[in-house]
Amino acid sequence: MTSTDQPPGAHLPEPPDFLWDNPEPKASYDVVVVGGGGHGLATAYYLAKVHGITNVAVLEKGWLAGGNMARNTTIIRSNYLWDESSGIYEHSLKLWEGLEDDLGYPILFDQRGVLNLAHSLQDVRDSVRRVNANRLNGIDAEWVDPAGVKEICPIVNTSPDVRHPVLGATYQPRAGIAKHDHVAWGYARAAHAMGVDLIQNCEVTGLETLQGRITAVRTSRGRIAAGKVALCAAGHSSVLAKMVGLRLPLASHPLQALVSELLEPVHPTVVMSNAVHVYVSQAHKGELVMGAGIDSYNGYGQRGSFHVVEEQMAAALELFPVFARAHLLRTWAGIVDVSPDASPIVGLTPVGGLYLNCGWGTGGFKATPGVGDCFAHTVANDKPHPYNEPFTLERFTTGALVDEHGAAAVAH
Amino acid sequence: MQLIPCPWCGPREEAEFHYGGQAHVAYPRDPSALSDEEWARYVFFRENPSGPFAERWSHSAGCRRWFNAVRDTRTHDLLAVYRAGEPMPEVTA
Ligand SMILES: Cc1cc2nc3c(=O)[nH]c(=O)nc-3n(C[C@H](O)[C@H](O)[C@H](O)COP(=O)(O)OP(=O)(O)OC[C@H]3O[C@@H](n4cnc5c(N)ncnc54)[C@H](O)[C@@H]3O)c2cc1C
Ligand SMILES: [Zn+2]
Repeated sequence: MTSTDQPPGAHLPEPPDFLWDNPEPKASYDVVVVGGGGHGLATAYYLAKVHGITNVAVLEKGWLAGGNMARNTTIIRSNYLWDESSGIYEHSLKLWEGLEDDLGYPILFDQRGVLNLAHSLQDVRDSVRRVNANRLNGIDAEWVDPAGVKEICPIVNTSPDVRHPVLGATYQPRAGIAKHDHVAWGYARAAHAMGVDLIQNCEVTGLETLQGRITAVRTSRGRIAAGKVALCAAGHSSVLAKMVGLRLPLASHPLQALVSELLEPVHPTVVMSNAVHVYVSQAHKGELVMGAGIDSYNGYGQRGSFHVVEEQMAAALELFPVFARAHLLRTWAGIVDVSPDASPIVGLTPVGGLYLNCGWGTGGFKATPGVGDCFAHTVANDKPHPYNEPFTLERFTTGALVDEHGAAAVAH
Repeated sequence: MQLIPCPWCGPREEAEFHYGGQAHVAYPRDPSALSDEEWARYVFFRENPSGPFAERWSHSAGCRRWFNAVRDTRTHDLLAVYRAGEPMPEVTA
């Protein structure tokens, strides 16, 4: 946190002046990763580091990590309900805990804990059930009453007289936030050092197949032959999959967030509320970072509706009356791909050599190291890692859904 | 805030409406004949285009009727609005 004798942000590391170069794409690669967000960069990193596959290109249509990676509220936690989700999110949280050392790069991972508030009797029951499920999976979780909430985060309004009173919360002390840009830069730098080509301003416009196998990608910078293609395009996965006639059970929606001006440290943890659609933390520099619910309609415009911001602010003010005088600095939106069971789709496709990593919806930042690791394993071995095995595309046909609407914690 | 032209009430604020997802998704004619794969397609799989999209809206805080719209998902522009049961009009994005 900012100390009072220094300007806000003075303790942050300087932005690096060199991380990667901007190579021309080669004619062919063993693996082409589509999408230079956190997931694409992490996948490339673990492909090189764990599996020794370095003839890899990450193709990004815009600038590196300028999609959802640059737009999210950076909340990291693993307190999901089902064993399948616990597996992959807790694997990820463990990797977060060692990531700074692994990458040799500061990512400002800060385990300041997360409170998920309960506002109704049903919320309370679901939350207590989730705490018990978490503990059975070896994940740190506690149920705290309103007084406990007040102790952990004194600025939360725990008065019983509000419209949606706080009846308690689940608390995961190991949860937290990280500095998203630094995470992306850390992965990019380390992947680049092992020989991965990071190619920006390179939009994939077509996927070529021969006899049911992927052979190449067509891009705004020419055709690139590919032994394997790993899709990490978040909100745009449906558009890419359609290039090989593959339909995905996904809907892309705008999701908004905003920040306040810089403030003295007032908010020591992360607070999320499923019922009133706001989640809040205080960034390393001092901005209050607040996320909203998704816009109801499908959209690719990276712009959300004003009334969603209005609801989000109303919720924030009820929970945190102290925010009433804070000025809003910036708002923005990302495009998130939401699946019917609020769980991701990670694994093989009916097309040989084409792999899917999508459907993370509103909550995939926390999965960045874990899915990068498991997805690299999937691509390298042409079979899923045990942690992503439950998250197949086939589950929508077999009915083996992983229903995480309750633990997803963002209204959708 | 976006104005949405309800075919019965005229342009009203977006907040009066409820979104219903893809339009023209017909309930299976012979449900018992469907394979698991076909059921999955019907229940879970919808178009998700970046561009014109035919979708359903309900004017829930107004006349409470459902209607269809073709909207460009990149710009949010409503290219056409038409009543349920009417065929999707030709649009140019
Ligand atoms: C407002 C907001 C708040 C969020 N808050 C949280 C949070 O607190 N915690 C959490 O865990 N998650 C959160 N998320 C979700 C999280 O950001 C995403 O799930 C995650 O970033 C998705 O993976 P990614 O980082 O690789 O995606 P992205 O960073 O979006 O990467 C995908 C990349 O693919 C590129 N691309 C797309 N199409 C093509 C193409 N044809 N050719 C080449 N490149 C292409 C895009 O430009 C983009 O850079 C939030 C998201 C938003 C929008
Ligand atoms: Zn009407």
